[in-house]
Amino acid sequence: MSLAVKAVGIRKSFGHHEVLKNLDLEVAYGEVLCILGPSGSGKSTFLRCINHLETPNGGYVWVDGAIMGYALHRGALQELPVKRLRAQQSQLGMVFQHFNLFAHLTVLGNVIEGPMVVRGLRRAEAEARAMDLLEQVGMAAKASSYPSQLSGGQKQRVAIARALAMEPRVMLFDEPTSALDPELVGEVLEVMRNLARGGTTMIVVTHEIGFAREVADRVVVMIDGEIRETGAPEQVLSNPGDPRVRTFLSRVLA
Amino acid sequence: MTRSTSNATSTLSLTDLPGPDVPVRRLCHPWRWISGGAVILLLAVIGRAFAVGQIQWPVVGEFLTAGVIITGFGWTLLISACALALGVILGFAFGIMRLSENPILRFAAWLYVWIFRGTPVLLQLLIWFNIALVFPRLYIPGLVDERMVDVVTPFVAAVLGLGVNEGSYLTEVVRGGISSVDRGQKEAAHTLGMTPGQTMRRIMLPQTLRLILPVLGNSAIGMLKFSSLAATIAMGEMLNAAQRIYFINGAVIELLFVCAAWYLAGTTVLSIGQYYLERHFGRDAAVAADRSWFKGRARRAAAVREA
Ligand SMILES: Nc1ncnc2c1ncn2[C@@H]1O[C@H](COP(=O)(O)OP(=O)(O)OP(=O)(O)O)[C@@H](O)[C@H]1O
Ligand SMILES: [Mg+2]
Repeated sequence: MSLAVKAVGIRKSFGHHEVLKNLDLEVAYGEVLCILGPSGSGKSTFLRCINHLETPNGGYVWVDGAIMGYALHRGALQELPVKRLRAQQSQLGMVFQHFNLFAHLTVLGNVIEGPMVVRGLRRAEAEARAMDLLEQVGMAAKASSYPSQLSGGQKQRVAIARALAMEPRVMLFDEPTSALDPELVGEVLEVMRNLARGGTTMIVVTHEIGFAREVADRVVVMIDGEIRETGAPEQVLSNPGDPRVRTFLSRVLA
Repeated sequence: MTRSTSNATSTLSLTDLPGPDVPVRRLCHPWRWISGGAVILLLAVIGRAFAVGQIQWPVVGEFLTAGVIITGFGWTLLISACALALGVILGFAFGIMRLSENPILRFAAWLYVWIFRGTPVLLQLLIWFNIALVFPRLYIPGLVDERMVDVVTPFVAAVLGLGVNEGSYLTEVVRGGISSVDRGQKEAAHTLGMTPGQTMRRIMLPQTLRLILPVLGNSAIGMLKFSSLAATIAMGEMLNAAQRIYFINGAVIELLFVCAAWYLAGTTVLSIGQYYLERHFGRDAAVAADRSWFKGRARRAAAVREA
């Protein structure tokens, strides 16, 4: 099993508030990792540090043979110019809680934007591949709709297709279903389940314990900016060692 | 439920209820008729006053299409168009600078707005017109070396004065437009690998443009009128032309009315244009999305699906 992502000693503070305290994490290719934890424990911040939407105050993230945002030069980390950072970021597909679709572009426009602008694909080629992806998430029929005309679940499926269009090494999901009406959660989880089955490497922050139990290869529980528990889902979810993890799980499983 | 709704007609019992085709008599509104009549009367009085007042209407008609006036109106349109174009360019440039990560660029944009929005536009026109008093020569090594009075003609001064002033207003509009595009879309663009420049051009600016187009309609109308200020710096636009005529023939009010007619014509055309712009780029993104402006792309998407 070769490593896809390795986070080393990640620390992050907002002002005096220390949100992440020395986090280490490894994710192998093909692995599905779910991050659980109470609200405010720093899950989103950690995910955003992994793809450098937030710059960590300490530590670094290694993704597929390179350190995010830096070049190792004579024993020090030299900050990369923004263009090279963006190239690295495009290796990590990100799906946001609030979809963040481009409001002025159609569904198809959203999906071809990255490949055309960043990778320089021709429109025809980008559109053909985008339609395959939209087919995959069940949104091909809505290709010419605008985001404001879609339901939350449809938006999120488009957002997943948009992220996949950059052919990322790893997909990051930040609570992809928690802004959705309950009856729309299933369709998004179904798409994610299919991705997992297809061997996509995924890091998923979620409150969906059932999804974690069923799909995750490994579950991590974060509390107060620290990883308190990590292991196979059945082990962590049914028999956690850490008392605070036990309290958290008993609350969400109740 | 029945109890609460029956309160207003509590004495009407169910057995007395009329059939479904019961006729309805509408309220008549006497005050509408009275106030409407009063306004019509007032308009008639004002109209009559002007008709019998000391205005030679034939002179108004005669000069309405005089060559000098038409040429003047041409200059008015040209100044307005050039100044608006300059204003839009400056507005976007400084509006983007206002949101820069570089504090010095941010400060420069703030300074621009502070100065040019904080002083009267007439004063700015006069300063541009007299700029040669400060800089007698315009000298850019290898490019220009001329006397300032030859460079800053009344036309150039008018365009600079009005355009730079308008830019300071549009800077704030553009800044507001860009920051109203939600931050999440910017982050999404970054995770796709788009550079800050690409994100600005492809994601932020198109959405900003849609938000500020109605404002630009207002700017255009305002600019057409403000261009009359250029009359004070010897620019031969319409008001200036009218003034030169009435200095000779003394038909002051007649020529001012001629100008009023032309300005009204111009602003009316622009208002109509603005109405259609606003229909295109309405507040609601979903409604705007349905409009034909976007149909070209949408159709292409559909074609791919069928292929
Ligand atoms: N940009 C920011 N500025 C200041 N504080 C922040 C910022 N982003 C996050 N925080 C703080 O960091 C802490 C962790 O936030 P984070 O969003 O990572 O939590 P989370 O585990 O994702 O919670 P949730 O389940 O509610 O999404 C919170 O206390 C939050 O207030
Ligand atoms: Mg979160």
